[in-house]
Amino acid sequence: MSLLEVENIIVDLPTPRGMLRAVDGVDLTLEAGKTLGVVGESGSGKTMLSRAILQLLPRKAKLSGAIRFDGQDMTRIPAETLRKLRAKSVAVVFQDPMTSLNPVLTIGTQLTETMREHLGVSQSEAISRGIALLAEVGIPSPEQRMGNYPHQLSGGMRQRVAIAIALSCAPKLLIADEPTTALDVTVQAQILDLLAREQRSRHMAMMLITHDLGVVAGRTDEVAVMYAGRVVERAPTRELFHHMRMPYTAALLAALPKLDAPPHTRLPAIGGRPPDPINPPPGCAFAPRCIYADPGCDNAKPPLSAPDARSHQFACIKPLPVAA
Amino acid sequence: MLKLIGRRLLYLLPVLLAVSVLTFLVAALLPGDMAEVLLGDQATPETLAALRHDMGLDQPLLVRYFIWLGHVLQGDFGRSFRTGQTVLSAVAERLPISLELMLGAQLIGLSIGIPVAIICAVRQGSWFDRTMTGGAFGMLSVPSFLSAILLIWLFAVQFQILPATGYTPFSEDPWANLRGFVLPALTLALGEWPVIMRVLRSDMIATLQEDFIAMARAKGLKQSRILLVHALKPSSLTLVTVTGINIGRLIGGAVIVETIFAMPGIGRLLVTAIYSRDLMMLQGVVLLVASGFVMLNFIVDLLYATLDPRIRHGRG
Repeated sequence: MSLLEVENIIVDLPTPRGMLRAVDGVDLTLEAGKTLGVVGESGSGKTMLSRAILQLLPRKAKLSGAIRFDGQDMTRIPAETLRKLRAKSVAVVFQDPMTSLNPVLTIGTQLTETMREHLGVSQSEAISRGIALLAEVGIPSPEQRMGNYPHQLSGGMRQRVAIAIALSCAPKLLIADEPTTALDVTVQAQILDLLAREQRSRHMAMMLITHDLGVVAGRTDEVAVMYAGRVVERAPTRELFHHMRMPYTAALLAALPKLDAPPHTRLPAIGGRPPDPINPPPGCAFAPRCIYADPGCDNAKPPLSAPDARSHQFACIKPLPVAA
Repeated sequence: MLKLIGRRLLYLLPVLLAVSVLTFLVAALLPGDMAEVLLGDQATPETLAALRHDMGLDQPLLVRYFIWLGHVLQGDFGRSFRTGQTVLSAVAERLPISLELMLGAQLIGLSIGIPVAIICAVRQGSWFDRTMTGGAFGMLSVPSFLSAILLIWLFAVQFQILPATGYTPFSEDPWANLRGFVLPALTLALGEWPVIMRVLRSDMIATLQEDFIAMARAKGLKQSRILLVHALKPSSLTLVTVTGINIGRLIGGAVIVETIFAMPGIGRLLVTAIYSRDLMMLQGVVLLVASGFVMLNFIVDLLYATLDPRIRHGRG
C-alpha cells in the first residue's frame, strides 16, 4: 500500500460561464519517503490537485474520485476526523509566505498552536519545540523571532517559518505549492535545499509543485507533468529528462533560459494559449499548440500509458522518438 | 508605541481649537439672544441694551470668543443664564445617563451584530445570510421613534415586564436603574447592529478568502479558533472605526430616544439649551461632547495599533 493513492480525481468549479474542469481524471501514487514533482503552467490544475489532496477545495467545487492516505479515503471521512488527522498526515507550504502567515498573530502563536492542538503538549513544551524548529530551519536568534510578527521578517525568513509550521507535527507528506515562486532568486535555492534536507532527514514524502522544470530536476524521485487538468507525462526524474516523450514537456524545458546561450537569444516560448477549460477541445488538449501535431491529434484523446518502458507514461499518439 | 501616542496627541490640539471656534460661531449665529428670551416681547430697546451690556453680549465677537476661551482653558465653562447652574455640574449630572445608555446600546448592538456577521460570512449566500442581510437593511430604515413605540407596546404594555419610561439613579436602586435602561438601549441597538453586522460581514468574507485562513484549516485548527482568532481580529478594523463613531454620535445625539423614554441625558440638555438660547450652556456642552468625540477617535486610532501590528511598527 502506498502512502498516497490518488484515483481518477475530477474537480469541477462552477463559474458564471459554466462548469470549469480544473482537474480531469488524475491518478497518482506516492510512496513514503519519496518525492514527486508536479510541473505545469498556470491553470494546468496543479494547485487544484493539491487543494483536493489537502481537502481544501472551495466550498462550491465538486470533487469525485478517491484520495487514499494510509489506506483511508480522505474524501469520505467525517469532518472532525479529518481535522484531527491534518498537520500530522499532510502539511502544506504555500506559495507566498506574506499571505499564508496571519499578519496579526506572532510567529510563536502560529507555530505553537498546531502543536498544542494535535500533539497535546503544554504551552511551554510547545514553545521550546517551536524554538528548536526555528533553529532547525535556519532562523537566527529563534527565541526573539517567536515574538515577532510576519511583516518584521524577510520573505525568505517568512517561508522558513512557514516550513517550520508545516514540520511541527511531523507530517508523513509535505505538499509544497510553488514554495519559491514569490521569493528572491538568491533565496530560492536555499529554501529548496532546506526542503530537500528536511524531507530526507525526516523520511517524509514530499510533493513539490512548480511551473519550473529546473526546480524538480535533481530534487525529486519522480515527475508528473500536467496540462489542462491532466497528467500528460510521468516518469522517474532521470528518465524524464533523458528521454522526454511528450512534446509538451519538451516545449516546457525549451522555454527555460539557458546559461550557455549567446546574449539576446529569443526564448522558444510555447505559442498559443492553454485551452479553454470550460469548453475543452475534443482531442489532445495540447494539439493546437503542438508543432508535431497532425489532424489525428485533434480527435484522439490518448490515455496516460506506458507503451514501451514500464515506468515512463505519457499521453501522446505522436511521441518524440527515444533518444539513442 | 509611546512616540505614536505623543504624536497623535499633538495632532489633537489644532483639532480641539477648531472645534472651539466652530462651537462658538454656531452658538453666536443662532437668531435671537439671551436678553430677548429673558425680558420677553415687552422689553424696550433700552432695557435690552442694558442687559446685553451686563452680559457682555455687546462686545465684538472676537473679544467674546477669547474671553470665553480664556475661561475654558482655566476649567471654567461658565454658568447657565437660565438656571445659574454651572455648565460642568450640569454635564456631570447628565453624562453618566448618556454614557450608560450608549454603553448599553453598543453592548447589545455588538452582541447581536458580531455573531450574526460571523455566521453570515461563513455561510455566505445561505438562507440565513440572505434573511439577515435583508433584515438588517430593513432595520436600518426603521426610525428610532417607531421602534421605541413598538418596544414600549410589546414589553411595557403587553407583557408588562419593563418600565415604559423614567430614570432611577443607580445609587438609589441599581436594579430599577438597569431595568429602566433596557428599552431605550434596545431601541438604539436596533439601529446599531445592522451597521455593525454589514461592515463586519463584508470584511470577514474578504478575510476568509485569504491564504492564511486556508493555512489555518490545513493546520487542523478548530473552526472556532479559525474564526475568532485567525479571522475576526484582522477583520475588525472597520468595525472599530464604526463603533467609535457610533459611540461619539450617541453621547449627544440620542435626543429622540432620551425624550421618548424620559431620560435626562446630554441630548435633552442640549436641546433645552438651544430652545432657551442658553448660549453658555450650549457652547459648553457642545465643546465637551465634541472633545469627547475627538478623544474617542484618538482611542480608536490606538486600538488599530493593538489590532494590527503593522500599524504599531509604522508600516503597511
